[in-house]
Amino acid sequence: MKLKVLSEAAREKIEAQFPKYPDKRSVCLAALRIAQEELGHVSEPAMIDIAELLELTPVQVYEVATFYTLYNLKPIGKFLIQVCKTLSCALVGAESVISHLENTLGIAIGETTKDGLFTLKVVECLAACGSGPMMQINDRYYEQLTPEKIETILGDLKREGQSKLATGPFMLPVLQG
Amino acid sequence: MAKYEPILLKNMLQPGYRGLLEEYRAVGGYTAFEKVLKEISPAEVIEIVKKSGLRGRGGAGFPTGLKWSFIPKDYPGPRYLCCNADESEPGTFKDRQLIERDPHQMLEGIGIACHAIGSHQAYIYIRGEFDLGAEIIQRALNEAYAAKYFGKNIFGTGFDLEVVLHRGAGAYICGEETALLESIEGKRGKPRTKPPFPAIHGLYQEPTVVNNVETLANLPYIINRGADWYAAIGTPKSTGTRVFCVGGHVKRPGNYEVPMGISLREMIYDIAGGIRGDKQLKAVIPGGASAPFLKPEHLDTPMDFEAIKEVGSMLGSGGVTVMDESVCIVWAATNLMEFFHHESCGKCTPCREGSAWILQILRRIEGGLGRPEDIDQLIMLCGRIEGKTVCAFGEAEVGPILSTIKHFREEYEQHIREKHCPFRPNAKLVMAH
Ligand SMILES: Cc1cc2nc3c(=O)[nH]c(=O)nc-3n(C[C@H](O)[C@H](O)[C@H](O)COP(=O)(O)O)c2cc1C
Ligand code: FES
Repeated sequence: MKLKVLSEAAREKIEAQFPKYPDKRSVCLAALRIAQEELGHVSEPAMIDIAELLELTPVQVYEVATFYTLYNLKPIGKFLIQVCKTLSCALVGAESVISHLENTLGIAIGETTKDGLFTLKVVECLAACGSGPMMQINDRYYEQLTPEKIETILGDLKREGQSKLATGPFMLPVLQG
Repeated sequence: MAKYEPILLKNMLQPGYRGLLEEYRAVGGYTAFEKVLKEISPAEVIEIVKKSGLRGRGGAGFPTGLKWSFIPKDYPGPRYLCCNADESEPGTFKDRQLIERDPHQMLEGIGIACHAIGSHQAYIYIRGEFDLGAEIIQRALNEAYAAKYFGKNIFGTGFDLEVVLHRGAGAYICGEETALLESIEGKRGKPRTKPPFPAIHGLYQEPTVVNNVETLANLPYIINRGADWYAAIGTPKSTGTRVFCVGGHVKRPGNYEVPMGISLREMIYDIAGGIRGDKQLKAVIPGGASAPFLKPEHLDTPMDFEAIKEVGSMLGSGGVTVMDESVCIVWAATNLMEFFHHESCGKCTPCREGSAWILQILRRIEGGLGRPEDIDQLIMLCGRIEGKTVCAFGEAEVGPILSTIKHFREEYEQHIREKHCPFRPNAKLVMAH
């Protein structure tokens, strides 16, 4: 079977998930994640590939891809910024973080910067409610945000692809000493 | 804080403790799992947990031992245990800390629970956004497998157990136990009608138990220190400690483990340092966004399942959100309704359509275009959602609306009368999309 867009490496990663479950369909979420890691988003041809591998119909994959918010159905920037706007974060300044990001990046919510680096999204609670305002960028959280911190984080990401201000193993209140 | 002896946060509060297997073992880790496999029968483990009074920390507070006892004893096929690490209830951030700082505690709990219900396959369902948490659990699983705590013939007892990490992909509803099962099956996370309950027809239609991270993390200590020791902590019906997540307008937000039954006042003013800027308290949500709002007059309520329920709210997930006097209640209710509308899975019409309708009315009131009949309209709509949906999401979403109207009706009326938000005079009208 020839895959349309997924690589052999992606196929291997997906097939390596099979033994974990009694049913291949259970691999659907992981397969979409693997496809997204490889392609940046999940396109319909990628969904058809996954359907082949999992012995599903394309629509069984499509309905999953369109249900969960973490699958990008369209290409996005290199760094996906997701700012939490739910109550606990909103109480401590999520709105100003959002407008600060809009101004600094020169884009509105849902848009990507022209250089293709940053996409800005506003999302619901990410379980960091005591350390808001917060945002997730790709696979890391950034918490207790201030305008200065945001500048540093964006600068770090542009230069080095990562930032030391990312939260490590979580603890709140932070241990003294 | 030294006042109360922590159980679940104890290890991680030791400076330098990173939650690695060797560290966890040095403080007695995995001895309870070994003890149950070698010396305590599944039926006895269930009895011990029943006697301890342990109740679920995921939201509903269901007695854990009782839940396990619903698994059919003589069932010939596979049974499953699912650890609920979805942590998606707004205001809640404890499981994240339990996972990232001391993952083996939860893994050992999974082992004990699997022995109790005769399961040889467990899944940990972690929300998709927890990348770091997933890395840490996977590392801990690798360590535990290498040490032969999981896999085949554990401790030479002949007991086999596979534990698999399953990552979600962004959907609040997957914290609901049957939606979680659908999601593990590779489907949209839409809750199933109950009955049948998961204990009879759960994952892949086999008997299944779903337990929260914190619930499971308590098990090693209950086994090692005994049911009586555990039952003596907290109140008679809400035993043990609870990790409360305090956020919003407090001076020291954070995760605090205290015996159940301390007052809301002690939690907010002593433990979390009081209100920022020494302002007045206006409202508090005691148990995650699904729990109805309470007022300052409720501050002396003990934080246990019964007492919080008696004053019209619920202990839920343990997420305590504190709001000071500057907060507009209609704005807060609108914010939460945006959440519920966004997260409604769409299966049940009352919830799917009702959440959009309620949100539209709330935005209208907040934006200065409210009508006098809107408040009664909101109450009517809530009544048509509550109890008319497949899962408890319906009750959850009407809680913030009905409770804010009950406690702060005058503030809703003021918005409508004065045709603007008294707290955010420039609030614009935003319509539901
Ligand atoms: C809409 C909704 C969301 C839920 N989200 C979570 C969650 O994020 N984490 C959790 O442990 N339980 C959640 N629950 C509760 C679970 O359905 C289930 O009761 C719980 O995981 C059982 O574990 P326990 O008995 O140990 O508490 C949710 C329930 C509902 C109705
Ligand atoms: S409210 Fe923002 S992380 Fe929970």
